[in-house]
Amino acid sequence: MILNGSGCLDALAAPGVARALDAFVTKTVTPLPREGNAPLRIAETEVGMLNSIGLANPGIDRFLADLLPGLARLGIPIWVSIGGFSAPDYEDLCQRLDGRVEVAAIELNLSCPNVQAPDGGVTELVASARAATAKPLYAKLSPALPDVAAVALAAERAGADGLTLVNTIRGLSLDEETLAPTLSTTTGGLSGPALRPVALAAVHACYSASTLPIVGVGGVESGRHALELIAVGASSVGIGTILFRDPGAPARVRAELASELAAIGLSDPAEARGLARAQVALLPV
Amino acid sequence: MRCPSRSGLRRERLSVTGAGPVGPYRLVRVGRGDLDPGEPGQFFMLTPPGHVLPRPMSLCLAPPGELAFLIDPVGKGTRALAALGEGDEVDVLGPLGRGYRLDVGRPLLVGGGIGIAPLPYLAARLGDAPIVLGFRSERHAKAAALLPGAQIVVDPVLVTEALDPSRDLLACGPEPMLRAVARIAPEAQVAWEAPMACGFGACYGCVVELGGHLRRLCLDGPVLAGHEVLAASDVSERAAAA
Repeated sequence: MILNGSGCLDALAAPGVARALDAFVTKTVTPLPREGNAPLRIAETEVGMLNSIGLANPGIDRFLADLLPGLARLGIPIWVSIGGFSAPDYEDLCQRLDGRVEVAAIELNLSCPNVQAPDGGVTELVASARAATAKPLYAKLSPALPDVAAVALAAERAGADGLTLVNTIRGLSLDEETLAPTLSTTTGGLSGPALRPVALAAVHACYSASTLPIVGVGGVESGRHALELIAVGASSVGIGTILFRDPGAPARVRAELASELAAIGLSDPAEARGLARAQVALLPV
Repeated sequence: MRCPSRSGLRRERLSVTGAGPVGPYRLVRVGRGDLDPGEPGQFFMLTPPGHVLPRPMSLCLAPPGELAFLIDPVGKGTRALAALGEGDEVDVLGPLGRGYRLDVGRPLLVGGGIGIAPLPYLAARLGDAPIVLGFRSERHAKAAALLPGAQIVVDPVLVTEALDPSRDLLACGPEPMLRAVARIAPEAQVAWEAPMACGFGACYGCVVELGGHLRRLCLDGPVLAGHEVLAASDVSERAAAA
């Protein structure tokens, strides 16, 4: 299953791109509207991009009234990413979404590097969300956690149904001439190719620690990259930054993944899940 | 290599048919493929070889079978685009955004520096509209060769000193110039600029303040009304001061 990374596509502005996905993940919705951070919000580096959008979104009221009906008409499952600043925020947001049949799943953004981290640990935030909804709950974690596998296990025990790994990791870039930080917020979230090995390591660690399904996200640009995330334990793959350069990436990555699987004698991505764990590293002679 | 047509966005890998200097800038021509040139003021996303993100470029000229872009090599991405030569390939997505309205009675084209980029295609579509161009030096003014017959002013003379504000102004240039144009002609059409990662509303990187909110320039612009730009400049100045 190929999804988008939250915040990497506006399905209403580019519906054809969204329909090429197996499910669409919304930009993170917060309790109140947010304009987001001041420009400048994006910067390219040699190994990826930095963003500091700051969870710009219309807030849950307008999302439910104005955006969700249009998203539902796309005809693909809609996953709603939510973010808050406390456990009651997550509980309220889940309650509001619980009764909406248009919502296939809820992704808990517990890891945005561009806003203040929510009060409370992952256990408390996931448990609050769990108490408010029967919808599938995916916990999106940061790769910057000292022990991401332990946090994944805590999310599982608190009632999460799945994991999304990983969010961006904090980075900084400087202006070529002035050496001033490029972004208005100084730092931003690093995504793209640089995040690929980081995501592989986080998915690998969490697949060993948890039995939950995992959406692997981080620097996927090709079918080979998707296969590698699946091989370390991802059950689905999210694509993000590549969409900015290549909005045709969903269909392309899906076709390339099928070719990659065929080349190793497999037909179903599920057969490749966790293959890396079964392989023994070759020792130098 | 084309996007599935159902995406509504068209991206193709195009071959460079020629490139050459125009004053301090470089005009890069590519085979058009099946891409539509769109309306003047619309833009395309060009991916510099080896780069993670594409760069927004307005269409400069639309010769038969070709698209031409005027590149100012000021950063890593634009230097890589300016280095493209005949036979190289480049991924191009577009046309994108909202261009100039062409239903104007008494047009006057106003350009400054690299902001002359969309004017040759605009002039071709409008017929024989008068043109005023401003440049910071005689070297930069050589780029006016793209617009034969244009009136040219060079710093310290400003384009706003040379234009008739009662005409329907269609402008593109540096922010201070566009702000000055907007002050004397609030209904002018001005092509604004912002860094963009995608060009089709996905990244939220190109926001400018319009109507009191941060709005995506790729969807609401890049061509805006002059009075909208005055607010946009306010937020840019605040951001710069922060």
